[in-house]
Amino acid sequence: MTITAQPHRAAAAPMAGDQAAASRSDAPMRPMALPEPRGPVSAALMNLLTGPERAPVGDLAVATTEGLAASDDLLADDDVQLALFLMYELHYGGLDGVPDSWEWDPRLLAVRRPIEREFEGALRRTVRQPLAARDVPEALFALVGDDDGPSLSAFVERDATAEQVREILVCRSIYTLKEADPHSWAIPRLHGHAKSALVEIQADEYGGGRADRLHATIFAQTLRGAGLDDRYGAYADHVPVEVYTSMNLMSLFGLHRRLRGAIVGHLAAYEMTSSLPCRAYAAGLRRLDFGEDVADYFDEHVEADAVHEQLAARDLAGSLAEEEPDLARDILFGASACLTVDGRLWGSLREHFERGESVLRKPL
Amino acid sequence: MGAAASARPPGPARPATITACPDGPLLVRGDLSLFDEHGEPVEPGRRTFALCRCGASAVRPFCDGSHKLVGFRTGPPPRTPAVTYEEDEPAEGPTA
Repeated sequence: MTITAQPHRAAAAPMAGDQAAASRSDAPMRPMALPEPRGPVSAALMNLLTGPERAPVGDLAVATTEGLAASDDLLADDDVQLALFLMYELHYGGLDGVPDSWEWDPRLLAVRRPIEREFEGALRRTVRQPLAARDVPEALFALVGDDDGPSLSAFVERDATAEQVREILVCRSIYTLKEADPHSWAIPRLHGHAKSALVEIQADEYGGGRADRLHATIFAQTLRGAGLDDRYGAYADHVPVEVYTSMNLMSLFGLHRRLRGAIVGHLAAYEMTSSLPCRAYAAGLRRLDFGEDVADYFDEHVEADAVHEQLAARDLAGSLAEEEPDLARDILFGASACLTVDGRLWGSLREHFERGESVLRKPL
Repeated sequence: MGAAASARPPGPARPATITACPDGPLLVRGDLSLFDEHGEPVEPGRRTFALCRCGASAVRPFCDGSHKLVGFRTGPPPRTPAVTYEEDEPAEGPTA
């Protein structure tokens, strides 16, 4: 592969100054182009969204009922997870060529509801429910400390090829090009210390007032530096189902006020398992002679997430559990779900790579 | 702190606070200047930052999470587990 310098990148050095800021934002990434369907549910959905605006939803409703009934593992169901992802995307950057009115169309929400119900049911059955012996922050640190599965980041540090690294970046792109957004849904649902802590974390995720330091924007620079497409959804047809399951998990937790404990726990687990892996990623990228513009994203997260993990576990999750003790259970469920679902995703990548296989559905 | 400071609304300085995290770093907030051992200013790059206190960080003076690798503790280890599981059904091994 060829790694080229990117003359238009905003700032290679973290503190290069405001002059270069905002020369590029994440705005051109959205809305995403519709991907290829992966089965009858996603096909019926895309057919509906691109048809006449008031078209009946009957075909989609039937396909969804049948698709859910036929699914033996909803967490690994390409068709249903892609359909749910696209329904959720209407709440984020939108879908190219799809009218905005679909976002709150009650008929579409009525089709989404049973998918979400089955998805949450599958998660509650699959994910272990942790319980705090003393307090939630201590339990969170113990929970992520127990997380001893095979590490993809260690593989990247020592063994991965440049092509495998590019596959990882592609798999990360669906979430990371809108990094932090699913957790921001929780802001108006929290109060007091928990809200203040979440905003403190998110402000950093969103660059602390500097558009060029938006984490999603730094990641777009990483993609370009690795010779990849930085448009949102550019690899929607490439990524395996586990990418959509991971993204849908966050959207499910984030979009339902009822699940605000779970999205807080998810963020805590995410931040608490990021610093050291990001250090390993950065080392692996340098071993493979990727440029500083590619490593920048991971360098940034070493220090940022060492801060965020403390804020998320103690000031955010700990405060929320004190303010709303009934949410303690879901905080830990959300954290456990993050570890399980993302563990499946990144563990699957490592297994593919160790067998010498690509994890993508089609070549780059 | 550099660029972020300029984005802050004008007003009185934020008093500096340092919060010690159990088994972890020192969290620093507020307006202050940080210098290295040669007297050179160090730019934290963010409003709230974490200073290493286990000595194992590769990005000192800042924390990189290494305290977890070296088992750094600021108090005696707990006698009983901090977390239990509702039902120990087999689950996927999680991974970072």
